[in-house]
Amino acid sequence: MSGPQYRLPAHVPMGGRIDRETPLAFTFNGETFTGYAGDTLASALLAYGAFPLARGFKYHRPRGIWSAGAEEPNALVQLETGARTQPNLRATQIELYGGLAAASVNAWPSVDFDLMRINDWLSPIFPAGFYYKTFMGGGFGAGRWWKLFEPFIRRAAGFGKAPSVPDPDRYERMNAHCDVLVVGGGPAGLSAALAAANRGSRVILADEQAEPGGDLLAGDRAIDDAPAMDWVAAALEKLGSAPEVTVLGRTTVAGLYDDNFATAVESVGDRFGPGAPAHLPRLRLWRIRARQIVLATGAHERPYAFPNNDTPGVMLGNAVRHYAGRYAVVPGKRALLGTNNDSAYRTARMLADAGVPVTLADARETPPAALAKEAESAGATVEAGFAISAVLGDRRVRGAKISRILPDGETSGAPRVVEADLVGVSGGWNPALHLASHRGAKPVWREAQACFVPGDLSALGVWAAGAATGAETLADCLEQGYAAGRDAARAAGRTKRTRKPVLKADDSAAQAPIQPLWAVTSRRPGGRKGKAFVDLQNDVTVKDVALAARENYRSVEHLKRYTTLGMGTDQGKTANVIGLALMGMESGRAPETVGTTTFRPPYTPVPFGALAGRDRGALFDPARETPMFDWHAANGAVFEDVGQWKRPYAYRRAGESLEDAIDREVRAVRDGVGAMDASTLGKIDLKGPDVATLLNRVYTNDWSKLKFGRARYGLMCHEDGMIFDDGVTARLGDGHYVLTTTTGNAATVLNWLEMWLQTEWPELQVFATSVTEAYATATVAGPEARALLSRLDSDIDWSDEAFPHMAAVTGTIVGVPARVFRVSFSGEASWEINVPAHYGLSLWQALIDGGATPYGTEAMHVLRAEKGFIIVGQETDGTVTPFDVGMGWAVSKRKDFIGKRSYSRPDTARPDRKHLVGLLPLDRKIVLPEGGQIVADSEQKPPVTMLGHVTSSYRSPSLNGGFALALLKNGRNRMGDTVHILKLDGGADPARVVEPVFYDKDGGRLRG
Amino acid sequence: MLLIHCPYCGPRDETEFGYGGEADIARPLEPEALSDAEWADYVFMRTNTRGRFKEQWVHSHGCGRWFTMVRNTVTHERGETGVFGGVEPEADG
Repeated sequence: MSGPQYRLPAHVPMGGRIDRETPLAFTFNGETFTGYAGDTLASALLAYGAFPLARGFKYHRPRGIWSAGAEEPNALVQLETGARTQPNLRATQIELYGGLAAASVNAWPSVDFDLMRINDWLSPIFPAGFYYKTFMGGGFGAGRWWKLFEPFIRRAAGFGKAPSVPDPDRYERMNAHCDVLVVGGGPAGLSAALAAANRGSRVILADEQAEPGGDLLAGDRAIDDAPAMDWVAAALEKLGSAPEVTVLGRTTVAGLYDDNFATAVESVGDRFGPGAPAHLPRLRLWRIRARQIVLATGAHERPYAFPNNDTPGVMLGNAVRHYAGRYAVVPGKRALLGTNNDSAYRTARMLADAGVPVTLADARETPPAALAKEAESAGATVEAGFAISAVLGDRRVRGAKISRILPDGETSGAPRVVEADLVGVSGGWNPALHLASHRGAKPVWREAQACFVPGDLSALGVWAAGAATGAETLADCLEQGYAAGRDAARAAGRTKRTRKPVLKADDSAAQAPIQPLWAVTSRRPGGRKGKAFVDLQNDVTVKDVALAARENYRSVEHLKRYTTLGMGTDQGKTANVIGLALMGMESGRAPETVGTTTFRPPYTPVPFGALAGRDRGALFDPARETPMFDWHAANGAVFEDVGQWKRPYAYRRAGESLEDAIDREVRAVRDGVGAMDASTLGKIDLKGPDVATLLNRVYTNDWSKLKFGRARYGLMCHEDGMIFDDGVTARLGDGHYVLTTTTGNAATVLNWLEMWLQTEWPELQVFATSVTEAYATATVAGPEARALLSRLDSDIDWSDEAFPHMAAVTGTIVGVPARVFRVSFSGEASWEINVPAHYGLSLWQALIDGGATPYGTEAMHVLRAEKGFIIVGQETDGTVTPFDVGMGWAVSKRKDFIGKRSYSRPDTARPDRKHLVGLLPLDRKIVLPEGGQIVADSEQKPPVTMLGHVTSSYRSPSLNGGFALALLKNGRNRMGDTVHILKLDGGADPARVVEPVFYDKDGGRLRG
Repeated sequence: MLLIHCPYCGPRDETEFGYGGEADIARPLEPEALSDAEWADYVFMRTNTRGRFKEQWVHSHGCGRWFTMVRNTVTHERGETGVFGGVEPEADG
């Protein structure tokens, strides 16, 4: 690559935003380039010429830089490599830094030699809807074709690669509130911010570029007869000194949501690349709640289409002006501009002033005389009534043709060849109404300017100003911005009156209206040669839109899906309106009747890292640890997640397998004494005179007669009669109870109680307080549990007479106040000791020192399953009643409770519902798969009759083999039957249906 | 994200709240007196209002109180809020 020969020499008074004293070296596709501080990657590359740096999505034609901003469809790059790589960034929005390394994304194997270019020559077989028809349609074998071709198509279709290793960078999140959020730091936005700030509002001004100024950054505008950027600098100084104003540069407002909530992404360390100072986050996500919002988002220039308009060297006209004015880059030696409106005259002036010969083809027969004269006196040639009708050249613009254009877009007469290597096209302006669309404003078609403008949102506190409303002059932008800022501040309650500044803009008086022009190409089949692109990112041509119309995909939503118009990373910022207008012409409708697609957040793509912020890795979700956690970790515990809790699954000793450890723990509880950390059980403290009434209403069993010092098991159901929680509640005194919930349901049950107490039974006097974390709980279980407890320093009488099953006692253990409940989930004599959380570890240590074997959740599961005790969420799934699991004994017939009426509904009362049963595999060596489907006949041809499923299945050292619990249709009437449990890898295991209690059926041990 | 006016705490982000569905679904005082269809209507059936809809919300990550709020299901426009049990909230700002 030869040098930056398209950078204007330093003596030309342009390029005011680059610092020629600070050159920066960078690489693109492995080659080294030099730009300046203040450049974007795009401007630095264009200084070397408008060479191809990407390939089209479908036809793989060479593509160059198209725009100078967020609307860029072509110049997508992969920035950096390795863990910090970012795909699909717009070169037009990447600030240059020293050492930057970027590469093309959509060129396989390379941008210069692209194998896929064959698609261009084969394009007759790739019309709009090709993929849809070939692979997705209902045709014979379509699905198989898709499977075969998908990987190839995906690779060929390109776009960047996501990083394959974890992101090493840090992302921050910021919450902010303000009276007025101003989006956009151009003349309208700055005016709005000043007006709002003058009224004493708290203002946030967010501007997406490296520096505020918007269109004024081109450097060719004047306010009050001085360079407009002087006014920008003064405005920023004023805003900077206002105490309640925050100016966020390099910050893109990505989305607007209900009640004026906005998300914005600020580039902080990102703009320095991998060498960013370590203390800076890469990006910062702002979550802003604004009373009022001013949208000063500007407008995107749109092109008109003509054959080969995608050739590198063809750009948006105003982008040419910005590259010249801001960065002193003109990527051509002779320029052709095509326009249908006034704005291109500024570009022509700029080029002429830079010494670049320029021809301006204005589609209008009579351009505004003053502008034409001005341009011609600067050296430009104006061709009135002409439009660009073709571009010559393949990888670069080698010339162009212009043709006389009729108002309906058809050409007349022979085209003329114009010598040019740079083509700028201006087809009008589309107000950037994306954010207004996020808030639900339907775009309104404005015929006089041939554009959609945002609908009125002032009732929601959203005000638009400047080019975002279609304003065409600088004077209007300043005026509207000030008015919007003032109105927004007033609506936010800032009523201080201020004097409006009088500013003189440099707009010339003469203005002529736009003459709509969408495409210069024959729309008839077999018309003009060469592809004329509407959507450059998705390779949608004028012909594709016509084809969609012919095939009756005429609604805007069908057009989008059929042709892919407006999809991709740019979401059709430069393409959508042309596509709509062309569809309108094809189908004889005005653009507004074709409709508009709804813009949704984000405005430009947002990296996942910015959204995730610090909520990743260990901070993604809290991990809850009990007071005994450190002991568990130091003693071989293998943890499992139960909700957010880390619970010991089993304690492995050296040389022991997990299975052996579980067996040993089960045997310890059955033959000696075990201790389990049960601190995670939900605990709700209930106080008040009406607790018993509440319990009677939410539990299925009767609580009226529960005495002081006693505990009771209860089942909690929803109104549909299905079990949703269970647990033991103990009465500690008059009007004082403590209710326990399953580990995962603690918050749900508390919310459930609160909902009923507040919304349905406000007359009940009950306080419900979560005390889950306030207590640590250790369960001591086994035939030697009493002996162990009796050896501890305690004032509690542990004898069966003084402390029978289901008693609740308060006392002291090892010097610690304790609530002890004699309840059993293992089938052995068992005590749950609750102590203040800080004493949990010392209690635990005392139990272990006293000879208890620690056991984990898996041994607990085996122990309870041998007894047929259910686990809510394992034996139940929201479709299971107390009767289904054989717990009708826990359902009161005498009182009403939540869910009771449902038990007499026909389906709930059916005798052949799925019942909880036990299963013993005929081959006792196997463990049936949990979740395994149960069938009566393993040879049955599909569809197979499913009878139920295995809910819990373990190997039991006590039973010497595998056993399971299951929900089985009509199970209680199938005792002794043999059923078959299907295996994932085919085949089935036979098992015998038995009662769901396998161990100590009469319960003598737990009362022992 | 909605800005919900908790009648006890004032305006707070939607993420602080839990949704409780349609308001004014009163639990029948004598469920056993209802037909199966009437009971099913209470348990399962809710109106699917297009427009102003009175619903229950709870300020889960705030004061923990339930209240009612009218919300337009098309536009999200909020109407009046109400409290349960006759407790009048203190005005907040």
